Amino acid sequence: MTTAEPDVLAQVMALWKDLEARVAAGDRFAGLSASRPADDDPVALSAHVATAGDIETLEVTLPPGVTRYPALTPLVGAAFWYERVIHDQLGLVPDGHPRLAPLILPGDPLPRHVAGYGLFTIPHGPVRSGVLESIEYLVETPGEAIPHLNMRVFYKHRGVTRRFTGMRPADAVLLAERTEGIASVAHALAFCHAVERIAGCAPPPAAALVRVLHAELERIANHLDVAVRLADAAGLAVATARMALHKERVMRLVSRMCGSRFGRGVVVPGGVSAPPRLDPAELRAEIEWLARQVAGEAAALMATSSFLDRLRGTGPLTPARARTHGALGPIGKAAGFADDNRLTRPYDGYPDLPVPAARAHSAGDALVRLRVRWEEVDQSFGLLRLAADKLAERSGDQFRVRCEPAAGRALGWAEAPQGEVLYDVMLADGRVAGCQPRSASFHNLVLMHEVFAGDILTDFPFIEASFGLSVAGAVL
Amino acid sequence: MSIWVLRGLRDGVVTTRWPAKSDPYADAWRGPARPLDTSDLASLDDLTDLCPTGAITVTDSTVRVDQGRCILCGRCVAERPGAFAWSQGATGPAVLVREQLVIPELPETDEAVAAARARLAERTAALRRSVHIRHVDAGSDGSEEWEIQALLGPVYDIHRLGVFFTASPRHADVLLVTGAGARGMSGPLRTTYDAMPDPKVVIAVGTDAISGGLLAGSETTTGGVGAAVPVDIWLAGSPPTPFGILNALLIAVGYLTPDGRRSR
Repeated sequence: MTTAEPDVLAQVMALWKDLEARVAAGDRFAGLSASRPADDDPVALSAHVATAGDIETLEVTLPPGVTRYPALTPLVGAAFWYERVIHDQLGLVPDGHPRLAPLILPGDPLPRHVAGYGLFTIPHGPVRSGVLESIEYLVETPGEAIPHLNMRVFYKHRGVTRRFTGMRPADAVLLAERTEGIASVAHALAFCHAVERIAGCAPPPAAALVRVLHAELERIANHLDVAVRLADAAGLAVATARMALHKERVMRLVSRMCGSRFGRGVVVPGGVSAPPRLDPAELRAEIEWLARQVAGEAAALMATSSFLDRLRGTGPLTPARARTHGALGPIGKAAGFADDNRLTRPYDGYPDLPVPAARAHSAGDALVRLRVRWEEVDQSFGLLRLAADKLAERSGDQFRVRCEPAAGRALGWAEAPQGEVLYDVMLADGRVAGCQPRSASFHNLVLMHEVFAGDILTDFPFIEASFGLSVAGAVL
Repeated sequence: MSIWVLRGLRDGVVTTRWPAKSDPYADAWRGPARPLDTSDLASLDDLTDLCPTGAITVTDSTVRVDQGRCILCGRCVAERPGAFAWSQGATGPAVLVREQLVIPELPETDEAVAAARARLAERTAALRRSVHIRHVDAGSDGSEEWEIQALLGPVYDIHRLGVFFTASPRHADVLLVTGAGARGMSGPLRTTYDAMPDPKVVIAVGTDAISGGLLAGSETTTGGVGAAVPVDIWLAGSPPTPFGILNALLIAVGYLTPDGRRSR
C-alpha cells in the first residue's frame, strides 16, 4: 500500500466519470482491458470509446502493488464482463462490481437468480446436442418460461490473448485468424490495421479491394450459416439444405480465390499475400450468379409463415438496452443501434465504396435480426460487384508494401459479420509486446441474459442462432 | 410450403460422388506442406525458422515437415519453393499413428502402424454400415465445427454413407474431437468418451486437435486432445476440409484404408 494510492483511485474514478458522461452523450463504450507486462510492473487499464470517426483509448496506470480499483460496471453497465475477465487474468479486484465470479476461468456454478415454488435449473452443455461450440447455459425455469439464463463460458478458454506476446506480426496475424475462426478475415484485418497504423503505412489500393472482397464473402457465409441454423431449428428440411448449399458455394468461391475456405493467409501487414487466383471476369460472374441464387432463396424463406411465426417477437432486445450497451453488428442494428465501422470509421477499400446506411429497425427480435442479415447480404453482394470491377481495372498493381514497424501502439478495427472487432496492439523490437483482441461475440454474448422476456424453452435454439456469435471469439 | 418442394428439386443432384468417384474440388485442394528433395540446396540452416508452429525440422541434412503441426499458412512454400511444396488433395492426411504425419516418414513407425491398423480393424468390424457420431469441441476456433456441419448439407450428405450424428454419447460409435485441448474441456471430453459404449473410435479433427497448432504453448490448453482421450485417427488441416473429415470417418468405420483404398 503506497501513500499515492488514494490519488490513483481518485484518478481512476475521475476517468470512469468521464467515460460515463461520454457514453451518456452518445459515444459508445467499446471495451476495457488491463495489461501488466510482468508481475511486479504497474497495471495499465485501458478503456476504449468509439466516437464519431475514431476509437479513442482512455488510460490510467495503477502502481505496482495496487490490487483493487473502483469498478466501472456500476457507472457503465457494458463493462460487466470486461471487469470479470480482468479479474480472471490479473487478479485485480474491481470494488463495487455486482457479481465478481470467474468468467473465463472455471468457477462454481452460480447461485440461482430467481427463487420460487417449482423453479429449477436445466444445465445445458458444455457438450450439447448437435455440432456446436462448447458453452454451458443454465436455464432457470418453472417448466416452460425462462425467467433467467446463466452462462458458463470458460470451458473452451484457450489463452489466446497471452499467446500473442512475443510473436512476430507476420505470425501473430495467423493467430488472429484463429482467434475467432469463422471471422478469420475480420480479425486479421483488425490486427493488421493496428500494425499498419503503427508503421504509418497503408495497403496498396488493389490490396484494399481484395480485403473488401474477402471480408464481404465472409459476411455472406456467416449470415447464411445463421439462416441454416434458424431453418434447422424450425424443422424446414429443404430450406436448411438450400441455405447450406449456398453457404458451401460461397466457401468454395473463397477457396478458389485464395486456397482457404475461410480466407486464411490472405491478409498480411501491408496488404494481401497474393492477388486472387480467380480471373476478375470469372469472379464477377460468380458473384452475380450467387447473388441471384441467395436473394431468391432468402425471399422464399421470408415468405414461409410457419418459419416467421417462430421468429417474430422471439428474444427481443430493447432499443434502450442496445443503446446503453452499445450492441454491435446485426444485434444492435435490429434494435435501432447501428454503428457500422465500414460506414462510420471506414478502412481499406470502403472509403471509396458506397456502403449503405442500415435501415431503421426497432423491434430487436430474432426476425428483425435475420432481416438485418439479409439486408447486409444484399449490400455485400453490391459491394462485391463494385470491388471486383475496380480490381479488374488495377490488374498490374502491387498487392503489398513493406510493413515492419519496430515499436509503438495502436488500435485496429474491422466490421466482422458479428460486429466490430477491436485489436489493441503494442509492438516492441519488432515483436508483439501485448495484444488485446476484443470480438463482437464477447461484447454481445452477455446480452443473451436479457432477451428471454416471455420466451419459452423451445425458443432457445432460435434465440441462440439469431445472435450468430462464436464462443471461441468470446472466451479466447 | 409447396414452394420448398419445387426449390428442393432445383439444381438437380449437387451431392459429391466421392468416395465412389473422384471429386474435382477435392483433387484440386492443396493440403499441408511437404518437403521436397533438398539434396542440392546449399544451406538448410534457416529452414526451421520459417515455420510459425515449428513443424519443420532438419536432422542429418534431412528436412522433415510435421503435418500434424502445419497450419497451412504456406510461408515455407512461398519463401523456399525449392525446399517445400503443398501436398495435393482435400482428403488428408489422416493417419493411425501420430508419427506418420512427419514427412518423410521415420522408418521406425512401420511396426506401430501395422499394430494400430490391426487394433482399429478389430473394432471397426463391429460398426458396419450404420455409424453414429458424437462431436465434442475441446477448444476449437469455431471453423472445424463449420466443416463438420457441412457434412450434413446436401453437397457432402453423410447420410448416404450410413453415417449419422447423435446427441447421446450412449448411441455413439465415433467421437470427433476438435480444438487445441482446452483444459476446461478435459473433464467433459473424458466423461463423453467414457459414456460411449465399446467399441469406439476417436478422431482428432484438425491440426489444433493434433498438436495445439499456434496455441501449443498456451498454459490453458494441453497442446492437442491426445492428453485427454486415446486418439485412433489423426486428421491434419487448419481446419480440415469436409472431404478430410469424411475420409477420416470412412477410415474409422473400416470402409476406406488410410492409404485411400476401398476395404469393402
